[in-house]
Amino acid sequence: MAFISSGYDPSSPMKDRITDIGPRKYDEFYPPVISKNKGKWLYHEYLQPGVFVHVAESGDEVYSVRVGGMRLMSIGFLREICEIADKHCGGYLRFTTRNNIEFMVDNKSKVKPLVDDLMSRKQPGGCYKFPVGGTGAGITNIVHTQGWIHCHTPATDASGPVKATMDVLFDDFVNMRLPAHLRVSLACCLNMCGAVHCSDIAILGYHRKPPMLDHEYLDKMCEIPLAIAACPTAAIKPAKMELPGGQKVNSVSVNNERCMFCGNCYTMCPAMPLADDVGDGIVIMAGGKVSNRVHAPKFSKVVVAFLPNEVPRWPTVTATIKKIVEAYAKGANKYERLGEWAERIGWERFFEKCDLEFTHHLIDDFRDPAYFTWRQTTQFKF
Amino acid sequence: MAKHKTPLLDQLETGPWPSFVTDIKEEAARRAKNEKKVNFQVPADVCDDLLGLLELSYKHGRTHWKHGGIVGVFGYGGGVIGRYCDQPEMFPGVAHFHTMRVAQPGGKFYTTEYLRQLCDLWELRGSGLTNMHGSTGDIIFLGTTTPQLEEIFYVLTHEINQDLGGSGSNLRTPSDCVGQARCEYACYDTQALCYDLTVEYQDELHRPAFPYKFKFKFDGCPNCCVASIARADLSFIGTWRDDIRIDQEAVQGYIGGELPPNAGAHMGRDWGKFDIKKEVLGLCPTQCMWLEGKKLKIDNRECTRCMHCINVMPRALRIGEEKGLSILAGAKAPILDGAQMGTMFVPFIKVEEPYDEIKDVIGKVWDWWMEEGKNRERLGELMKRQGFQKLLEVTGLKPDPRMVKEPRSNPYIFWKEEEVEGGFMRDINAFRKHHMR
Repeated sequence: MAFISSGYDPSSPMKDRITDIGPRKYDEFYPPVISKNKGKWLYHEYLQPGVFVHVAESGDEVYSVRVGGMRLMSIGFLREICEIADKHCGGYLRFTTRNNIEFMVDNKSKVKPLVDDLMSRKQPGGCYKFPVGGTGAGITNIVHTQGWIHCHTPATDASGPVKATMDVLFDDFVNMRLPAHLRVSLACCLNMCGAVHCSDIAILGYHRKPPMLDHEYLDKMCEIPLAIAACPTAAIKPAKMELPGGQKVNSVSVNNERCMFCGNCYTMCPAMPLADDVGDGIVIMAGGKVSNRVHAPKFSKVVVAFLPNEVPRWPTVTATIKKIVEAYAKGANKYERLGEWAERIGWERFFEKCDLEFTHHLIDDFRDPAYFTWRQTTQFKF
Repeated sequence: MAKHKTPLLDQLETGPWPSFVTDIKEEAARRAKNEKKVNFQVPADVCDDLLGLLELSYKHGRTHWKHGGIVGVFGYGGGVIGRYCDQPEMFPGVAHFHTMRVAQPGGKFYTTEYLRQLCDLWELRGSGLTNMHGSTGDIIFLGTTTPQLEEIFYVLTHEINQDLGGSGSNLRTPSDCVGQARCEYACYDTQALCYDLTVEYQDELHRPAFPYKFKFKFDGCPNCCVASIARADLSFIGTWRDDIRIDQEAVQGYIGGELPPNAGAHMGRDWGKFDIKKEVLGLCPTQCMWLEGKKLKIDNRECTRCMHCINVMPRALRIGEEKGLSILAGAKAPILDGAQMGTMFVPFIKVEEPYDEIKDVIGKVWDWWMEEGKNRERLGELMKRQGFQKLLEVTGLKPDPRMVKEPRSNPYIFWKEEEVEGGFMRDINAFRKHHMR
């Protein structure tokens, strides 16, 4: 592994430095049919799951084929994507905001060879490399995070649970039988990178034990006031501690009864780790959405307070999600998002239909707004 | 032969969905074989060690990455997420495993030529693993060593004409929906505005100068395909202010069953014959639509542009022609004070190059938040702490009922001294002349 210079000269680091050029400009990468018809599209139509056409004022058509993306992918995989795009699409492709991949062709005759090619490519274990789907009233890709692949604060993994869940929900990725589209997302801690707070169903990594305190190092590694200010429930106070050797140090104390295990203090202070094999697990949320269609955007609500991390396939998590999807598919009206269905039938009925236990953990107790989530009416269903 | 045994991860190599485990194993094997004789600048077995470390996390139920990591390139204060594993002797290939954020093009359109350039660079100088893409939008180069950061940045800027994305307390990488490039609903050119503002605010993106992170996202219409209303401190959402364009002939096409409702999005189930009264008129949130004989009528003044009727009948109904966008402010995840969605504060603004009016609003919001925002306080939290009125004051906007869901129900109303006749300075003795103790 001999070092190869790029041309960068470490002895004069600012020499020849190029900065602030930003991303490449979008229109460098448009397929010709997109460049030509941009802003002049008339309508679109789904032809089959994963395949749709846009028709322009000029009469031009662009057929898009959407395939599930792993998000975490190697350059070998990316090069295979390029090979497909070169073979079928003149060297153009795009990714979606949910990390699916879209191949575009300008003629209907090019669709079937492309779809057949995509569906024929499999990994050695039998997984599809490029499953076609993710459109319309079905389940598309799961927006997710880093998990144990790259992050220091997770309470669960991301790539593993996503693979396990998409395997269980796969039929709905390649079909459009639901009342409306159903968005699933995952975040491995409650920083909620991504879309957990606004998804139809959300998988959220959660801790259940207060942080451990590395008193010997805390004052050396952390700005104590920042750790204190990081706590939403003011559970952290400054404290003087005596180490076993008799040395007095500045540190913090945590009031365990006020701690709800968010982990934000650890984000700010490396001497307060809280990950735990049995304490950590998953919260399931449901009923969020971002679109303004019919109803305003909604936050997702906590419907299962804890499920354990069961590696490598999280069977209880996936079974619970499947149960919610099936109850929704059976009960909701056409066009009704999961949260709209739950609100129409009432959350008491949602728990019954989804066969989920209602525990005290689900009742909001965070500051003033909690009151507005309790029931100030005699209207309820038995 | 794999370097580490991964019995738990191996179980994620079956099932229909593409397996990240198989993919990483294949990259590990490609690197071990090294047919192209690449002189790898980070350990050749980086992918093996990543799987080994991940397997250990599966065994322990805990992450094996050390806390934090501060690395980067000269001239910038962000763009690279440093990461070190906590078992470097067992897994030396991922002792350093830093992420680089690479600014993605608008709409995430690519040519294969460009992607191959990135792959070649990352094969030589990184792990060969990526995220396509990070939640904020960036291309993610996943895993390299500190000495390679400047080398990669040099190649990116000199050979690929490509910059890093944002990280830290700054403007993060803006992103957009597919917009007018391939959608008939787009009310403005999301890619053009996103690109223009990204270039305009490069300094704010690369050198953290803010109390905390700040994100822009650009949605072409209220369907919010890039989820700006939930995932950006300033959300730019396209809209129109004139009438929905109706093609009555196409309306009949839907009623007659020749055209599939919602563009065929529900074709996987038999929902019965399309019923315009039930599926469109009955679901309209403001009930501003009706049929007059065979004609569809819309009282556009009462329409809130939720997109439902257009989504259901895309060939019959089109967005209006007087287009612009709304700006909503303050969306964020729960930490610290609770999750927020964007709050409407500019109901309508025209989208015209060079976007001076939009930039003026952004500048005023930043001036306020940069001065008043506390350490690690998102814009949404400053709005809660100082009040929505303050946002209006600093942006010079007039209060408007369109900015609230409902008026306040508590009467704890602040008045400014100058609004009240006679001011606040009063003499108790003058009061006592008429009111004995």
